[in-house]
Amino acid sequence: MLKVQNALLSAREATLVIAGRTILDRVNLDVRPGEIVTVIGPNGAGKSTLVRCMLGLQPLTSGQIVRRDKLRIGYVPQRFPLTPNVPLDVRRLLSLTLKAAEPDIDDALQETGIPHLKDASVARLSGGELQRALLARALLRKPELLVLDEPVQAVDFMGEARMYELISNVRRRHGCGILMVSHDLHMVMAESDHVVCLNGHVCCEGGPGSVQQDPEFAKLFGPAAARMIAAYTHHHDHDHESHDHHDHHHDHKH
Amino acid sequence: MFDILSAPFFQRALMAGLGVALVAGPVGCFIVWRRMAYFGETLAHSGLFGVGLGLLLGFSLTLGAAATAVAVALILILLKRQRALATDTLLGILSHSSLALGLITVSLVTGAAGDHMDLLFGDILTVSSRDVQIVWVGGALVLFVLAFLWRDLIAVSVHEELAEAEGVNVQRVELGFILLIALMTAISMKIIGLLLITALLVIPAAAARRLSGTPERMAVISAGVAVLAVVMGLAASAFANVISGPAIVLSAGLLFVLTLVVPQRI
Repeated sequence: MLKVQNALLSAREATLVIAGRTILDRVNLDVRPGEIVTVIGPNGAGKSTLVRCMLGLQPLTSGQIVRRDKLRIGYVPQRFPLTPNVPLDVRRLLSLTLKAAEPDIDDALQETGIPHLKDASVARLSGGELQRALLARALLRKPELLVLDEPVQAVDFMGEARMYELISNVRRRHGCGILMVSHDLHMVMAESDHVVCLNGHVCCEGGPGSVQQDPEFAKLFGPAAARMIAAYTHHHDHDHESHDHHDHHHDHKH
Repeated sequence: MFDILSAPFFQRALMAGLGVALVAGPVGCFIVWRRMAYFGETLAHSGLFGVGLGLLLGFSLTLGAAATAVAVALILILLKRQRALATDTLLGILSHSSLALGLITVSLVTGAAGDHMDLLFGDILTVSSRDVQIVWVGGALVLFVLAFLWRDLIAVSVHEELAEAEGVNVQRVELGFILLIALMTAISMKIIGLLLITALLVIPAAAARRLSGTPERMAVISAGVAVLAVVMGLAASAFANVISGPAIVLSAGLLFVLTLVVPQRI
């Protein structure tokens, strides 16, 4: 019971059935203040759907989502399709759901490393720049919970490393809980406090070290992937080697 | 020839036209941002049925048009839930069925050979002082609601799920937006006509897009373009006896073409 009371956001036996297909099967998940919880799993495992349910965007078939009263959420969605009809620069993007003061906007852009893009058109940003702008926008809300859906999917490999570094800095500086989704096995491990391995149901979960040794983890991603993550967490500054892992991971998606 | 400028009917026309333009500019931006041109058109078309009912039963035509527009918007929301047909198909069904129903209802009053031109295309030179009042009171109401919903409405237009996840009440915003378009339809019916209202919403906003770097600036410029279009159209209507609605729309189209020479801002 204590667990539930401490959490910012929890899924309790969350189950979602759409057209006879079980997308989520009795999923339990808690995010507590200052904690990074990472949901990993293969494509189609229901990771994004779980996030959408936890944000209240998708009603559950059964089970419940428990949210701390008046929880302030900053959300970085997986996709940000902006129609060119809307003129939007980065400065205005940062005031999307909340009117932000100019110095706060500068601070947020500084923190995410894109102060020079303040007047740039959002539609013309690269994948990595857009992610940073969206993260800055979420941080401006002074969130208690930050929800990041595939924060590195449109970012190249080096950008990916820097993005994860940025995320871990954000946690240290703001002390917010972070719920992160990734299909990328390599880099999530080092900074996460808790890893949930999802494939419709929760296959296994625990600290990053224990999850990768879990037989369920090996079953889901293959023993090779499990070995490589272990290798990665020890040599994550060795660029060439990491690139090989990256390729291998893509093979695994099929 | 310029005596006409001081004629009361011309001044009424100018006041009514300016009122409509100032509202159409900002509201039109949302139609463009949210790609809802066809939606706006459907609500405008459905207004004719309300006018017909008003003529038959003797209540305010403005109220009738606004009420049927809201009713059709609600029917659309219900139909969308069943997800069997795409939205543009549903809009095609509602738009033309309600227009047909409106034409039949109106002709019950005016006779089959009756003249519906002014309802469909507007007749700005014949507006009464009461019409001008309706435009300004209704227009002020629209701008008030718009200002109230502004930030949420932009957030929903840019990324609906993001807005909802961060606590924007999307349903309330959507409902407010429907009311805005319904009211907009009702007040601009006599000025530019039910068939052409969407043009005054879409064209000035599209012209403003090229000249604007932020949503706020686009709304202001769009209002400016709409005002210019109304003045130009009114002049054509007064001096060359051109039918008013089409004259205003064509002026807006001309202004849009002029903006094409300007390089696009962000």
